[in-house]
Amino acid sequence: MDNPVLLTQEAWSSLQTAAWAVLILPLLSFLVNGLWLGRKHERAAGWTATALLGATLACALHVASGWRSLVLQHPELYPSRTALAWEHVWLNFGGNLSARLGFYLDPASVMMIVVVSAISFLVHFYSIRYMKHERGAGRFFALLSLFTFAMLGLIVSGNLIQTFFFWELVGAASYLLIGFWYTKPAAVAASKKAFVLTRFADAFFLMGVLLTGVNTGSFDFLVVNGPAAAAELNRTLGAGLFAFKLLSVTTVLLYMGAWGKSAMFPFHVWLPDAMEGPTPVSALIHSATMVVAGVYLTARLFPLFAAAEHTLQLVAFTGALTAVFAAAVACTQTDLKRILAFSTLSQLGLMMLALGVSIPTVANGGGGAVTTIANTAGYTAALFHVFTHAFFKSLLFLSAGVIIHAIHSNDLRDAGGLRKKMPWTYISTLAACLALAGLWPFAGFFSKEEILGAALGNGHFTFVAAGLLTGGLTAFYMTRYFVLVFHGSARTHASSAMNADHAGAAHHGPTEPLLMVLPLIVLTVPSVLVGWLGRNAFLKDMLPWTSSATAPVEHLEAHAGFPWMVLVATALALSGIGTGLYLYGRKRWTAGYADDRGPWLYRILRDKLYVDEVYSFLIRKVGSRFVITPADWAERKILNASFDQGGGVLNKLARGLSRYQNGQVQRSVATALLGLVLLLALYFSGSPLPHLFGSLK
Amino acid sequence: MTPVSTFAYSAASNLLTLTWALPLASAAALALFPRQRVSAIRRFALAANTLNLILVAVLTVLFFKSPPVPNTSSGGTETMLAFAADHEWLSVLNVHYLIGVDAISITLMLLAAVILFSGTLASWTIGAPGGTGKVAALASSENGAKEFFILLQILAAGVFGCFISFDLFTFFVFNELTLIPTYLLIALFGSGRREYAAMKLTLILMGGSALIFLGIFGLYFESGIHSFSILELSQVRFHPDFQGWAFPVLFLGFGILGNMFPFHIWSPDGHASAPTAVSMLLAGVHMKLGAYGCLRIAMYLLPEGAGMWMNVFLIPAVVGVVWGGFVAVRQKDLKYMNAYSSVSHCGLVFVGLATLNLIGLRGAVLQMLAHGFITATVFAVIGMIYQRTHTRRIPDMSGLMRSIPFLSVVFVIAGMAALGLPGFAGFAAELNIFLGAFAAAGTLARMGAVLAVLSIIVSAIYILRAVNGVLHGPPKENAAVLSDAVPVEKIALLTLLAAILVLGLWPGPVVHRIDDALMPILNNLKR
Amino acid sequence: MNLAGCLVLSGALFAVGVFGLLTRRNMIAALLSLELTVVAALINFVAFARFGAASATNVAGGDAHAGSIFVFFAVAATAAEMALALALVIALRRRRQSLDITDLDGLHG
Repeated sequence: MDNPVLLTQEAWSSLQTAAWAVLILPLLSFLVNGLWLGRKHERAAGWTATALLGATLACALHVASGWRSLVLQHPELYPSRTALAWEHVWLNFGGNLSARLGFYLDPASVMMIVVVSAISFLVHFYSIRYMKHERGAGRFFALLSLFTFAMLGLIVSGNLIQTFFFWELVGAASYLLIGFWYTKPAAVAASKKAFVLTRFADAFFLMGVLLTGVNTGSFDFLVVNGPAAAAELNRTLGAGLFAFKLLSVTTVLLYMGAWGKSAMFPFHVWLPDAMEGPTPVSALIHSATMVVAGVYLTARLFPLFAAAEHTLQLVAFTGALTAVFAAAVACTQTDLKRILAFSTLSQLGLMMLALGVSIPTVANGGGGAVTTIANTAGYTAALFHVFTHAFFKSLLFLSAGVIIHAIHSNDLRDAGGLRKKMPWTYISTLAACLALAGLWPFAGFFSKEEILGAALGNGHFTFVAAGLLTGGLTAFYMTRYFVLVFHGSARTHASSAMNADHAGAAHHGPTEPLLMVLPLIVLTVPSVLVGWLGRNAFLKDMLPWTSSATAPVEHLEAHAGFPWMVLVATALALSGIGTGLYLYGRKRWTAGYADDRGPWLYRILRDKLYVDEVYSFLIRKVGSRFVITPADWAERKILNASFDQGGGVLNKLARGLSRYQNGQVQRSVATALLGLVLLLALYFSGSPLPHLFGSLK
Repeated sequence: MTPVSTFAYSAASNLLTLTWALPLASAAALALFPRQRVSAIRRFALAANTLNLILVAVLTVLFFKSPPVPNTSSGGTETMLAFAADHEWLSVLNVHYLIGVDAISITLMLLAAVILFSGTLASWTIGAPGGTGKVAALASSENGAKEFFILLQILAAGVFGCFISFDLFTFFVFNELTLIPTYLLIALFGSGRREYAAMKLTLILMGGSALIFLGIFGLYFESGIHSFSILELSQVRFHPDFQGWAFPVLFLGFGILGNMFPFHIWSPDGHASAPTAVSMLLAGVHMKLGAYGCLRIAMYLLPEGAGMWMNVFLIPAVVGVVWGGFVAVRQKDLKYMNAYSSVSHCGLVFVGLATLNLIGLRGAVLQMLAHGFITATVFAVIGMIYQRTHTRRIPDMSGLMRSIPFLSVVFVIAGMAALGLPGFAGFAAELNIFLGAFAAAGTLARMGAVLAVLSIIVSAIYILRAVNGVLHGPPKENAAVLSDAVPVEKIALLTLLAAILVLGLWPGPVVHRIDDALMPILNNLKR
Repeated sequence: MNLAGCLVLSGALFAVGVFGLLTRRNMIAALLSLELTVVAALINFVAFARFGAASATNVAGGDAHAGSIFVFFAVAATAAEMALALALVIALRRRRQSLDITDLDGLHG
């Protein structure tokens, strides 16, 4: 067995098997729980799902290590660090155009399957306790597993159709999970909002997918990202006012999908509302995994986007806008989960910003206008931030779940002084907050520095400023969140009652149930460590796929050239923390002003810039009044009415004719004679009509 | 006897005849039953339809196991039939009983058989105490089942007859055979404005039939060979002038039956008033006869006409897609909602046909199947919910998920399938249609493709509105007394869901054979 | 007497008959008029038998008396028909106390 080829083959087939298992196990969990266990044995369902997800995590790790030893360490065989574990044709469209189900391995997908399966496993585990007293917990676990399956399928897809396939499935799973408490009108409304809004974006995404396929002859990322595809798309359609660059249009359409799924402004409105779902769902779907799918997709298509003229600028712009906007809004919210949701939005914005600032230099504009990627630091930084953010943000959500579980309220104003009662939660939340605020040596510090470094390295000073501002605001609102939850005294009856007597808490179980705290502790470790542990691996390997191994990839050491950057960013973060401590630490302020009070800027931010109201206006006033109502009116009053009117006309005609037919013999005889005369006339006129029936045979 | 281009199992042609003879014979046998024996009547109908489902399934398996059609890639324009037979039955007009199937018709027959089977189960309570329909209101509630099932079986016979006929006249006869039972089923057993709806449906479809009749006889005389055989006529090159007027006549005639905008107005009233099984059969199968005729007769026999006119017909097709969605958003009655959603989805079939390329045509055929299964499922669930709540109005219902979870989950799944979620049949179909439309030449086709893709947003809105309104939200006080699906209903729904899932997850094999069947049509279009 | 004369006679008789059929309100009179139209047709039979092409060349393989024989049959049939019609008229008269043909509009839906 010393033959290296045989060894490789064996390792390869074990990698393939593990890759299958990564997809099959969560699906199995969904089917088993959804069809059988979940209906009668809800506790068993939770444990089964968790066990299966644990196995998934093990398989994902196996895939990762296999990929590392087989692919990554053999650059001579796999210069682009990518491989296909397996692939099957799902539907052929003729030519090379086909939709396939495959398991695509590259640095980004390997990183993501580990992150997703790890967090999904922890969230499943956490949910066993969290959903213990909930009705329909079996359904919950089934859907959570379905989501995990879909998310993993999305991550490993090597082509756009598979991406879209699972893209929609994660959306559906998200819909079902947001609306898990389906008797609660707010949850129902939020689920619909999330689905319809992302669906809106997805329609454009689908158009982009189809345009790409039709024009490049392939849906595969490997082909689509190649220079040939970009050259194929690089033409102008239409003329005059309607002239447009196909490449720009296609990439923007593709980006629309990411725009909606990653909830970039102004599609962000569904994400805060999605917090109506159970907290584990928020931790898994709406912070760590599904919402970063947009970032992931943008990263996947990065070379194609980079080839287009303005697409990456759009990416960076939407990212920066969302980052600053959401961070500012997060400073004013009073709902625990909404603060975290806006924080997620803001961080997603940072990731998009990072991708967008990796603006390549055009190598030669003539002919096919082939572009090469000159500086991919932003790409690396974005995926690095995806990686670190997943841990500390899901940790924050899970700890928020513990808090909500304890005080039975989502409101920041109901929390307070929980430090003593919930030491484990306190510690882990502190770690996560510091990580999110971007302080050394926590995970967020490293990825944030990479992002800022990438922006600066490419000379985008506006985006650097946006990133820095976001960093400061983030530090501020996280301090506010942390101080108001854990420090000070209990502010309302809910938390004080819990503080006062343990008897009240006893029948709800312990304040910090072990099964819920355990995942928090586990997640604390990566929230602290992954930054400086992972940084070098990311800088070395997390590079976008390029068409040939010889393409000039110049990787900028992110903040090597900008040591002052670290200082500025840290200073801003510290000043954010300081402001937060100053404002909220002295018991002077509670969570905020009472309703309708406060300065105008505060009110505007608290009301989230009235974007929801704009949507409401567009849907209720414009869409409903000017589209649906007229269509409905025309359907009833024009199309159907014209049939009814036509019937009336025929009826009148018939009535007139029946008046002629008065039933008297003589009228009948006269009519018969008239017919005879007409026939004779026809006969003698030489018309061919009477011969018609003679010619039939 | 004219030679038939056949490729497999001609000996099994008698089985093919049995697919319509069996329902017809069972209708005749049902006439002998004493009307009070409701249980025996529906058991007999179920037995007949189960047998027919098995028969069609066997034929489908046989078909899919047969060797692939030989002439597909070489540019052949002759449709090769399996299970073919040919007998002259009206010599004065050279009318033949020319039967056979290709992949398109056999899959549509399977669709019909599945829906007929499920529909029989779904109408289990017809004639039972508390059942719907005029009969319940008549004297004793035990009267309706006999007439209902007789008419249903005749309707089924007509549908199956159409799908196997490759003789235009025979096709037409079978097509007409479906109309009268449809009228009676809606007028006698329907709900709401059933007489109006039945009359409207029948009149408009008769109008379509008149156009079809005109077109068919045009083909017969113009061909110079005095033949109704689709196989023979497909080899005739009709004069462009003739194609220029005959194509729109035939296409419109079938389009009316196929629910094409703006002639769709028969369908919402008709479907909403019809009893559950009839809604399922009408929207799921009968409507498909229209699109099938458009493809098999209008486009196959008059390809140059299709080239001239398809861009024109693309406009009502796309308008229908968008229009149906918009109007569905406003509907309060679940059946009307689904009926308008059918307008939208059938519009997609026509968009697929209008692409005139393989992917689009394949998408159109897939969409016929997908929409058939999905809409039948939705109608079945709506019917079952109605039997429990005695209302179909969305605002009158809330939180049914808690009291009738099985039906609710099926409703959610069917809704997700209807809005084109991947993994269900609708997505596979829509993907092909959209891709075909984007690949089609011309700005108009692309604009149509854009609008058609955007329609998936609207479908999400109306589906979720219904799902959230009916199933979610706080349960009503009286909800606790509702009972969930009984085994008979579960079988009906699970059969349909299985079909939706299989077609959605593994469209490959079906698509492969459908492509074979489409090649002669496509080659004719390209000639 | 020649063919043309016979045809003119029968045409005139037919016209009179039709006129009577359409204008008489009395049922008996209408029946009489109807009989006139039948007689007009019978005259044609006889006329063609006597003067027509068939008698000259006998192409149909029939015989010149065929027309006359037809008339006998027809007269017999008409007589029977008349008997029936008169019986019906009497029955109607009993039932409706009237012979006015315009009262009989039962066919009007």
